[in-house]
Amino acid sequence: MTPPRIVLAKLGLDGHDRGIKVVARMLRDAGMEVIYLGLRQTTDSIVAAVEQEDADAIGLSMHNAGHLTLGPAMLAALDTAELDVPVIIGGIVPDADLPILHDAGIAAVLGPGASAEEVVSTVRRVVADA
Amino acid sequence: MVDPTSDARAAWQADYDRAPLRDVPFETMSGVPLDPVHGDGPFPGQYPYTRGLHAAGYRSRLWTMRMFAGFGTAEDTNARFKELLRAGGTGLSTAFDMPTLMGRDSDSPWALGEVGRAGVAVDTLADMEDLFADIDLSTVSTSMTINGPAATLLAMYVAVGEKTGVARRDLAGTIQNDILKEYQAQKEYIYPPRPSMRLVTDMVKFTTAEMPKWHPISISGYHIREAGSTAAQELAFTLANGFAYVEAAIAAGEDIDEFGRRLSFFFNSHTDFFEEIGKFRAARRIWARWMKERYGATDERAMMCRFHTQTAGVSLTAQQPEVNIARVATQALAAALGGTQSLHTDSFDEAHALPTEKAARIALRTQQVVAHELGVTNVVDPLGGAPFVEWMTDEMERQAEAVFAHLDELGDGSILEGVYAGIDNGYFVGEIADAAYRFEREVNAERRIIVGVNAFTDGDEDTDPNLLRIDHATEEYQRKRLDAVKKDRDQEAVDTALAAITTDAADSNVNLMPSIIEAVRVYATEEEVAMAMETVFGTHVETAIV
Amino acid sequence: MTGDRRAVGRLLSLVERGGAEAEQIAELTHAASRDAHVIGITGAPGAGKSTMVARLVAESTSRGNSPAVLAVDPSSPLTGGAILGDRVRMAEIDTTAFIRSVATRGHAGGLALAVPGGARVLAASGFDPVVIETVGVGQVEVDITAAADTTVVVVTPGMGDAVQANKAGLLEVADVFVVNKADRPGADDTRRDLELMLELSHVTGQGNADFRPSIVMVNSLDGTGVDEVAARIEAHRAYLEHSGRLHARRCRRVRFELASRAGLRFERDLETILGSPTMAAVIDDVAAGTATPAAGLDALAASLAERP
Repeated sequence: MTPPRIVLAKLGLDGHDRGIKVVARMLRDAGMEVIYLGLRQTTDSIVAAVEQEDADAIGLSMHNAGHLTLGPAMLAALDTAELDVPVIIGGIVPDADLPILHDAGIAAVLGPGASAEEVVSTVRRVVADA
Repeated sequence: MVDPTSDARAAWQADYDRAPLRDVPFETMSGVPLDPVHGDGPFPGQYPYTRGLHAAGYRSRLWTMRMFAGFGTAEDTNARFKELLRAGGTGLSTAFDMPTLMGRDSDSPWALGEVGRAGVAVDTLADMEDLFADIDLSTVSTSMTINGPAATLLAMYVAVGEKTGVARRDLAGTIQNDILKEYQAQKEYIYPPRPSMRLVTDMVKFTTAEMPKWHPISISGYHIREAGSTAAQELAFTLANGFAYVEAAIAAGEDIDEFGRRLSFFFNSHTDFFEEIGKFRAARRIWARWMKERYGATDERAMMCRFHTQTAGVSLTAQQPEVNIARVATQALAAALGGTQSLHTDSFDEAHALPTEKAARIALRTQQVVAHELGVTNVVDPLGGAPFVEWMTDEMERQAEAVFAHLDELGDGSILEGVYAGIDNGYFVGEIADAAYRFEREVNAERRIIVGVNAFTDGDEDTDPNLLRIDHATEEYQRKRLDAVKKDRDQEAVDTALAAITTDAADSNVNLMPSIIEAVRVYATEEEVAMAMETVFGTHVETAIV
Repeated sequence: MTGDRRAVGRLLSLVERGGAEAEQIAELTHAASRDAHVIGITGAPGAGKSTMVARLVAESTSRGNSPAVLAVDPSSPLTGGAILGDRVRMAEIDTTAFIRSVATRGHAGGLALAVPGGARVLAASGFDPVVIETVGVGQVEVDITAAADTTVVVVTPGMGDAVQANKAGLLEVADVFVVNKADRPGADDTRRDLELMLELSHVTGQGNADFRPSIVMVNSLDGTGVDEVAARIEAHRAYLEHSGRLHARRCRRVRFELASRAGLRFERDLETILGSPTMAAVIDDVAAGTATPAAGLDALAASLAERP
């Protein structure tokens, strides 16, 4: 079994990285390989990482209410690069925005308080569906 | 034979008798009269201040109810400021949006989607003028939460003062300016640690010389805790950073008694009640001892750990958000029993978005209940002498001292060098990430109960409270405004001023504040000022320690 | 030409996975017979390797090369998962280089195949030089690094890094020593320690008789000394070429790869044979005391010898 490879990143300036670090460890402890890009990434740097690392999914952490701008921007960049890799958003997303993100093509959203089981099973499902 | 306790008591009594008292009955709800202090010395107001900084505590003066506000455009925040002042708030506290915190203008590609979202957008002096429009800067105290570009924002505040006829010496407030914890926790840095420290030291020198009512650094554990640290780590890392600033200022030739009394702290009040109280009490004791014994302070005011407290944003749950009001209330109570000088109470809806006006008002009301109804302000350090509270205080101190010893060793006898080394080798971020993960796993295993999250989850049907949504128009508006300011200004003056900053940055013997003030005066943007220094200082990229 | 980066990324995954597809790719890349200078960089955790590598790669790019990096990090022995964080700093400094994070995946033999295989994929795709970065702990990591054309060992002042490097066997394999964080106190002491140890190994004949490793003082945070490292690496390559030792190095690498492959194949066969009914009966007999372990070993050796 080859472990799934997940790129984890924060897009934009938001520096809250407690959540993404916890998620990185959750995924590692579930046997996945996490390519941790951390803070202040651009859609370009994430696309480059996905290509070179042959990643199975992208996890973006957002705490600054930027998801409606940055989520679709990520998808557009993947589209331009002709990359078909699922994007998962973690962080604070109001319920009202969930259908918008879903329609835009975001594979899954993990809210605050998601358990390790939820995080891991969501990533597994998204990778399997891709 | 002199009884030291009775001596201390007499000294305390003398101090208490001199202190002004609030005009309220110091008795229980049922009319039982209350002594101002119980238990043994050292008493409140006596070194090492474990029991509080002042003999009469909250009998003289309640804590400052300082509510953090800032969103959208400067005008939006200005309206919120006025609302808070009307509602009885006594200090202004400014939250800036992410681009501002990172030294980027609203038209930077990095700012996309973040303009005005988590705070107010400030690009030029024009925004700062709007932010404080119709507020008399000589009568309010303003706290600005900004670090990387702190010098630029302080320069703008000085410039607004000049334009409205308020002299530098009359400007009162605090600028966070705690760059060290940015590398450890909050990650809002621009330059590498050493040039950043030079900027901090420049600001300490400048305010010491020209702004006597200004607190040039608010040494902040809040963000360290929010990033996932334990209470003891919050305490230890924060005070260690404090020692680092002290060592840097001493090295720069500053007088410890002079700048020492203008340092202030900012702590988190989390949910574990007694641990928090122990942490606050230990902070005062440790700071006093180190300032006196290690750094040789002689002025008592330079030994006093004054702190602002904010309830723990990270403890707020997105699930059943109204329950957060109960959390905030107990956290506020812990801060009061720990003897805080000022307090921000979080709004219950903050796990979702910036607070609505109603939620912010409830938060303010919550601390007003603690201050005025609970009776905990009638007696100074009411928990002092309780065996568990004293033990908790000692335990916090013991854990913190172990961290100081480690940093001292890392830095070969210098805490400042130890902190640099700890930033460089990932010690701080690693410790914090370990603690965060440990806690998360315990919650996951349901060994720790978070009401509404992993237990008692019924009733979470309506999770989205009525949220404050920031209009996308803000971003567009702010960009146009920046554009207009840029077109309006004297470009030649801007270029000259920016070149002067770069020149000054290259010479570490020159204080950067005057050239930064000159640049903002002629409406150089925040990012332009940041870049003028970045060409000399470079940028910081952290080692990924997960 | 650096080819299609996504395709290269994909090929590297297949090589990492091993098996028939990996063998096919090995054939193809061998046929492409493109050569790249393979540089191994190792050092203790916290020595600042990633930043050093990033600086070196940026330097290489500025000299008109197309560098690629394989950054090897350990997998968790418990879960098999890994957090690979090296590309952050590297990508920050050079956005054009190809960077691939490789987890050890808990199988030393696998790694020993994946890394040389990956390096060949990168070389065949037109990348040159190919930099392999490993943590200088663990024999396989050391072996992999040692199998490079040029091996760079990074140490930092204090904490006995130089001594540790010596113990780990890095002294013998290093062609270039980098004393990173050279602005720190103790940097000169570290340099002296290294010089002394090199001197000793020279006397005892452990070292290379006609090439003396150089020691370069570096501050990778601001890039001081990195150009010198690049120059020393170039000098070593030139030495390899004109001394004819390049071929010897490559033979060493092939030997290492063949040994790794053989080991892997042997392990796999061993597992199969031990699970066969014939061997199960033999194992039973030994356990029951009706056959001696020596007899069991003979039976096993016979089965192994008979395999295709």
